[in-house]
Amino acid sequence: MSTAPTPTKEQLSDYCHNLLRPGNTNCAGCGMSMGLQWLDEALGEDRPTLVIPACCGIVTAGAFPTSAYGVPTVAATFASAPAVATGVSVVYRLNNEDRPTVCWTGDGGTYDIGVATLSAAAERNEDMIYVCYDNEIYGNTGGQRSSATPEGVVTSTTEKGKAERKKDMMAIMAGHRIPYAATLSLAHREDFLRKVRRARSLRGFKFFLILSPCPTGWKSEAEDSVDLIRLAVRSGLFPVYEVFGGVRYRVNVQPDGTPVEEYMKRQRRYTKGKTDAAVLRRFIEDQWHYLNGMVRAFPAGPND
Amino acid sequence: MARALVTGNHAAGYALSVAGEANRQARGCAAGAYPITPQTEIIEYLRSFAFTKGYIVPVESEHSAMGVCIGASLAGARAMTASSANGLAYMNENVFAAGYYRLPIIMIAVNRTLGPPWNIWVDQGDSLSLRDAAWMQFYTESHQDLVDTILVAFRVAEDHRVLLPALVALDGFVVSHTQMVVDLPEQQLVDRYLPPCHVPHQVSYEHPVTVGGLTWPRETEHHRIEVQRAMEQVPQVLSEATEEFVKVFGRRPHTALSCEYTEDAEVVLIACNTMVRTLRNVVKERRAKGEKIGLIKEKLFRPFPRAELRAALKNVKKVGVLDRNHSPGSGGIFWQEVTTSLQGHSDVLVQDYLVGLGGGDVTPAIINDIIDDLYRRKQAAEPVWKEVVA
Ligand SMILES: Cc1ncc(C[n+]2csc(CCOP(=O)(O)OP(=O)(O)O)c2C)c(N)n1
Ligand code: SF4
Repeated sequence: MSTAPTPTKEQLSDYCHNLLRPGNTNCAGCGMSMGLQWLDEALGEDRPTLVIPACCGIVTAGAFPTSAYGVPTVAATFASAPAVATGVSVVYRLNNEDRPTVCWTGDGGTYDIGVATLSAAAERNEDMIYVCYDNEIYGNTGGQRSSATPEGVVTSTTEKGKAERKKDMMAIMAGHRIPYAATLSLAHREDFLRKVRRARSLRGFKFFLILSPCPTGWKSEAEDSVDLIRLAVRSGLFPVYEVFGGVRYRVNVQPDGTPVEEYMKRQRRYTKGKTDAAVLRRFIEDQWHYLNGMVRAFPAGPND
Repeated sequence: MARALVTGNHAAGYALSVAGEANRQARGCAAGAYPITPQTEIIEYLRSFAFTKGYIVPVESEHSAMGVCIGASLAGARAMTASSANGLAYMNENVFAAGYYRLPIIMIAVNRTLGPPWNIWVDQGDSLSLRDAAWMQFYTESHQDLVDTILVAFRVAEDHRVLLPALVALDGFVVSHTQMVVDLPEQQLVDRYLPPCHVPHQVSYEHPVTVGGLTWPRETEHHRIEVQRAMEQVPQVLSEATEEFVKVFGRRPHTALSCEYTEDAEVVLIACNTMVRTLRNVVKERRAKGEKIGLIKEKLFRPFPRAELRAALKNVKKVGVLDRNHSPGSGGIFWQEVTTSLQGHSDVLVQDYLVGLGGGDVTPAIINDIIDDLYRRKQAAEPVWKEVVA
């Protein structure tokens, strides 16, 4: 193991202005660490206000009086991030302050307990960027199932592998006809940055879904995190696409037929329960049947 | 001062709106609003008010209504909302969040029975269930009391010595849906009365902090102590806000505790909200017959004015508490507070009467009955149910 070089004084004070500062509590290889840094890079000088519900993302901050977040950050109750962010965003608008309000939430807060709040904020088309870092598990409470957990996955509340399929949150959000919804891949930096900048240029509700590796919950190696996302994209398990106005679809990265087993075999959440790869293959097939159908019927236009 | 014949809900909606509007030179006002009987007209009023710098968000639930208020307040705006019964219960988690975030949000609670069974009539159990949420609580007896209390509550809540949210309660239907002639203060006067709202811990780009993150036990205990200290500031700040109210509006609002005929009283009854008005009439009648009886209107419930109550009951022999609420396994919630206040300071007999639960009428006959019962008592017993004899 090599030791990291000691940062200079200038670098240290720079770090304080980072959206995500060093010394945060994320596990090694956590997808949030990359996601937050890229969010920071994409927004640049355009500093966001973060609203974070109960999830690993608020633990990231560390303990009072320090915080790993270098931007104003509000901890919301588990189901409330989009409601609290609405309050913030409305007051910014009333005061002519053009600042991005960003919800940073887990899949539990998005797919489960917060789904009504999220749906309502989207329906009202509140001006905010909503990001779900989806680790397909309740990380904070020690790895229980969520409705984002894929079929077959072993969690602390699905010992024999989850019986139900993963919920299609992108379809639900597209159904709200919001200005912009997209998935973000942690293996495709340029695509990630472009989409966040795009979202920032639009008024109204913008939704992002990140498949976020969680070595602790996925029982994978920290250094595999980006590879795993690449494999999820290539195999077609995690489609990289964007939806404009809820009705115009574009796929940004085509899968290349990499077998999903490559992805599964590096995570004990799949190997432990001997999850049948056919289950995931069927899921991939259905997912692309739907997605390709949407792209054919409702393609994004040249101005999207 | 504009006098108008309006319902309690109209009066509350008006007071919230002009208070919100008064912050237009600062960061404006915002709220999340969600309907529930019997408070719905309040949020309808808020939604229809033409704010110069304000916006009322029509949310999908009470939980989110308070969520929006929390976000708006943290962004520096004046924030307010209204709810009742199951709405307050559904909102619960964020009510606590607002309190412990020290946000000066004002919420109107139109008291209604918490279901099941389904019942829309008055019972103070809904708002009393939020007594530990780090909110001030005011209970009002009339339309005018309601309007005045709302304006005073904003001033106290936003005072930096306090910085706590406040709940202002009124009786469902008995006040919310009946009309009375009320002084509705004009906007310029309210502008004068309410200084611009400034939330010192609002989100800031100069000093970005994380609000509500993890704290260790020691820091948490500090925080709790600070909340308690803030509560202890309320009586002083409230009396200043009351004097200022007299100066601006030329009228004296009710204070934390109204003692009527208590100086020489041997028996005193304690009540809140509209029960006070019936009680007042009964006490007047019995005074006229020469009975040494008085009453105390409990308006401020959090912080509970223990010292004032103790002082007021110094020479009293018997106290009857009228509770239109019930804490199962214990009794009336006001009674709990009264007995705690008197602990070790008095050998006064305190008897609890559970009355008008689920919206039953608390008539002069019932109150007379209670007074007779109290006269006969040699010692206090368990809380007595007045309507249904067990
Ligand atoms: C109302 C409420 N219920 C339960 C919890 C406990 N809780 C905190 S975080 C969490 C799970 C979060 O999961 P997710 O949103 O997927 O984020 P992650 O922890 O995986 O980052 C739970 C159940 C809570 N904080 N609030
Ligand atoms: S448990 Fe998972 S999501 Fe939470 S910090 Fe660790 S790696 Fe990240």
